[in-house]
Amino acid sequence: MTLATVSENQQWAVADVPDSDVAPAIVLSRVTKRFRGDEARPAVLQDVSLTVAEGEFVSLLGASGCGKSTLLSLVAGLEKPTSGTVSTPGGRAALMFQEPALFPWLTAGQNIELALKLRGVARKERRGQAEHLLERVHLAGQHGSRVHELSGGMRQRVALARALGQEARILLMDEPFAALDAITRDVLHDELTRVWGETGLSIVFVTHNVREAVRLGQRVELMSSRPGRFVRRWTVDIEGPRRIESAGVAALASEITDDLRREIRRHAAGADTEVAS
Amino acid sequence: MSIGTFRSAHSAVVDDDVAALEAGLDALDTPTRTTLPLLARMRRSVLPPIVAVLFLLVVWIVLVALHVKPTYVLPPPSDVWATFLDYWQKGAVQEAVWNSLRRAFVGFSISVVVGTALGLLLAQSRFVRTAIGPLVSGLQSLPSVAWVPAAIIWFGLSDAAIYTVVLLGAVPSIANGLLAGVQQVPPLYLRVGRVLGARGWASIRYVVLPAAMPGYLAGLRQGWAFAWRSLMAAELITFSPELGTSLGQLLQIGRELSDMTLVMAAILMILVVGVGIELLVFAPVERRMLRSRGLTTGSST
Repeated sequence: MTLATVSENQQWAVADVPDSDVAPAIVLSRVTKRFRGDEARPAVLQDVSLTVAEGEFVSLLGASGCGKSTLLSLVAGLEKPTSGTVSTPGGRAALMFQEPALFPWLTAGQNIELALKLRGVARKERRGQAEHLLERVHLAGQHGSRVHELSGGMRQRVALARALGQEARILLMDEPFAALDAITRDVLHDELTRVWGETGLSIVFVTHNVREAVRLGQRVELMSSRPGRFVRRWTVDIEGPRRIESAGVAALASEITDDLRREIRRHAAGADTEVAS
Repeated sequence: MSIGTFRSAHSAVVDDDVAALEAGLDALDTPTRTTLPLLARMRRSVLPPIVAVLFLLVVWIVLVALHVKPTYVLPPPSDVWATFLDYWQKGAVQEAVWNSLRRAFVGFSISVVVGTALGLLLAQSRFVRTAIGPLVSGLQSLPSVAWVPAAIIWFGLSDAAIYTVVLLGAVPSIANGLLAGVQQVPPLYLRVGRVLGARGWASIRYVVLPAAMPGYLAGLRQGWAFAWRSLMAAELITFSPELGTSLGQLLQIGRELSDMTLVMAAILMILVVGVGIELLVFAPVERRMLRSRGLTTGSST
């Protein structure tokens, strides 16, 4: 097992792809994002560049307000950057939220079918495809279940199936397991790893849980808050299957946690100087 | 590090385990739902109103027995029942209920169309909302009986006058209900809709309208109550032989004959029909929708 710190630079060149023989799926180039009416504070994202390779699993880590979610919204096309460019050579992106955000007026299966319908899948094929997607997340036979009849973990798996139903090659995940209990989260980590292995999706996984970031990602990107920037990057190079409690995960996580804490402390210092000036 | 080898090493071990683990968690975590047997449900939901009605009847009988008022002012229930039977045998009750229900149905249907269109317009356009939103809300608090004189001057003693009053009573409630429903749609649903590719009309059709359904149904329900109420006011005043017998007209006849038994019989019929439609049509639809969305507990209603 090796812990490799790739670089401590604040910005990455556009061509800085970890596996340079693999085509990029997502390219953010010198992106700055400010929201209207919020110009007085530092930018949510400040001159940020990021490249995610085809089939790569990247964990975005940072404290609250570091623009992680904003970054995902930009990639998903829900927001436009103030400056810089966002491109997704990997095609459209599916997005999962902390809440499963299933529509309660539809059954589990119908939620997936709606995604298929909006993608233009023919009516008679939708049912079968939805059943198949439910099987993929080990929810065979739950097509007719009402959303409120499912547990939190099951709802999030239906949401995963719905995201897979979009046939996007990019999956963006915004703290999708943050509201789940530890056991369920652990199982969903396995589930997500498995699905990623089967599909080869490019995944950007936003979290504020360091161990989760290390457990899942091939690469962990640490972000600072206000202005939101990439501070440091780690390549997770742990042999064999990982668990949240694996020694390798714990070792790297504790190193990253030190950096994360330093970032957070810097904000306290920053606040002091602002008061002083 | 190659992504491919990393992935296959990863997935081989977890695969079998995950399915079993998830099945176990699903079994443990799935919320359970209990439903009471039919008889117990009936006892919970049907018994209390029956007790209440019986209680009111007893109070009525006692008041009559105490001679609080002379019987031409407060007739006993038996006299009211006798009058009802009398008019029933003449066929007047059936005709009145039919005429009033038909008008209520037609008036309410037009109100639904107009109110829904108006509600959508209010929800979609900030300009329209700012311009006439307060007016629509204000109309809701204006008793629609106030429109009767205007309607009669405009349209004479006709069905058109009656429908005008019904519409002015019901449309604001329906429009406001739909508007409230749309405004309460969680922004997250709209984001999910956009991520799934729903834009423009597709977003309205597949996300906004279904999400707004609870508010819309509440508006429809209130709209029905207002329509029925407005209809009675209109029928009471828009008195003309050409309009045929109606429940409102029975009230008016009772007043002219100073026949309190007929007045009370008519009031009770108006109440029974209004409440009946509410209980038989709106309550079950609303309950079914709320239950399917997990917004009520299955057994306590």
